[in-house]
Amino acid sequence: METAALKALAAGLAIGLGALGPAIGEGLIASKAMEAIGRNPEASVKITPVMFVTMAITESTGIYALVIALIILFS
Amino acid sequence: MQLNISIAPEIIFYIKSFPVTNSLIWSVFISGFLILITLIIRFSLKMVPGRLQNCAEILVEESFNFVRSVTGDEERAKKIFPLFCTLFIFILAANLFTFIPGQAAINIKSQAGTISIFRAVMADYGTVLVLTIISVIIIQVAAIMTHGPLGYIGKFLNFQSPLKFFLGLMDIVGEMAKVLSLSFRLFGNIFAGEVLGMVMLSLFPFIAPLPFMFLGVLTAIVQAFVFATLTLVFITLASEIEEDELVEQASI
Repeated sequence: METAALKALAAGLAIGLGALGPAIGEGLIASKAMEAIGRNPEASVKITPVMFVTMAITESTGIYALVIALIILFS
Repeated sequence: MQLNISIAPEIIFYIKSFPVTNSLIWSVFISGFLILITLIIRFSLKMVPGRLQNCAEILVEESFNFVRSVTGDEERAKKIFPLFCTLFIFILAANLFTFIPGQAAINIKSQAGTISIFRAVMADYGTVLVLTIISVIIIQVAAIMTHGPLGYIGKFLNFQSPLKFFLGLMDIVGEMAKVLSLSFRLFGNIFAGEVLGMVMLSLFPFIAPLPFMFLGVLTAIVQAFVFATLTLVFITLASEIEEDELVEQASI
């Protein structure tokens, strides 16, 4: 295979596989947060920002994969 | 489909041999803008606050309360707060300036082709890396100040047992990883937002990019908050004396 095709394949694989973990993790965070809000609706003001922050942290492995994919593609 | 995407920022002109990139111009512009706003608020302070002063007061007060709730200590909160608030406001402003409509259309032509004068500041890895290095150095300084130089080195080189020695080595790796994880998180999010917006615009330029723009605004705010908060949490952790250490100190 030529280099360009390999690069495209590598970038696709990197971001595709790298997105799996954070997707599951964020789903877990969101479901737990919804559960907590459902149990105690008054605490939603406190739960929502914490949920966003933990989601952003969970997302970081996905973002690493994305950075790798972008580096493979554009440099 | 020809997209103009580059990971390095574009060089606009040189001062002697120092390359001035578009992200550097914008970070200087944003710093100037923030300093101007601060000076305006500083010299028009009133007992009965106006609109601008009210916003500034809410921002400073709420973020100070947040810092105090994380550190759990008024004195330490006062020490950490300026760094936290500066990081937060600068990154927030740098991210939100991306959404000024029309700025991406300002171009100049040079040998390298058409270059946009504007570039999202946090989509330049150099800037993000410098911010990260500043916060990581401050984390180490906080650790040294609480544990003392010997205690700080002893945390990493521990010869009490093979397990502790191994854990100490892992701590060294962990400190190194902080630089990468903090900087990649911010850079990746903002750069990915830019690339995503560009790709969507080139695929379908009318309504399709809107939800991604909304996601971008959300990311801009959340990432600024996350970067500042993580720095805050790391400093707090580094400047806390652990319980077994207290026992050790008491026994000495």
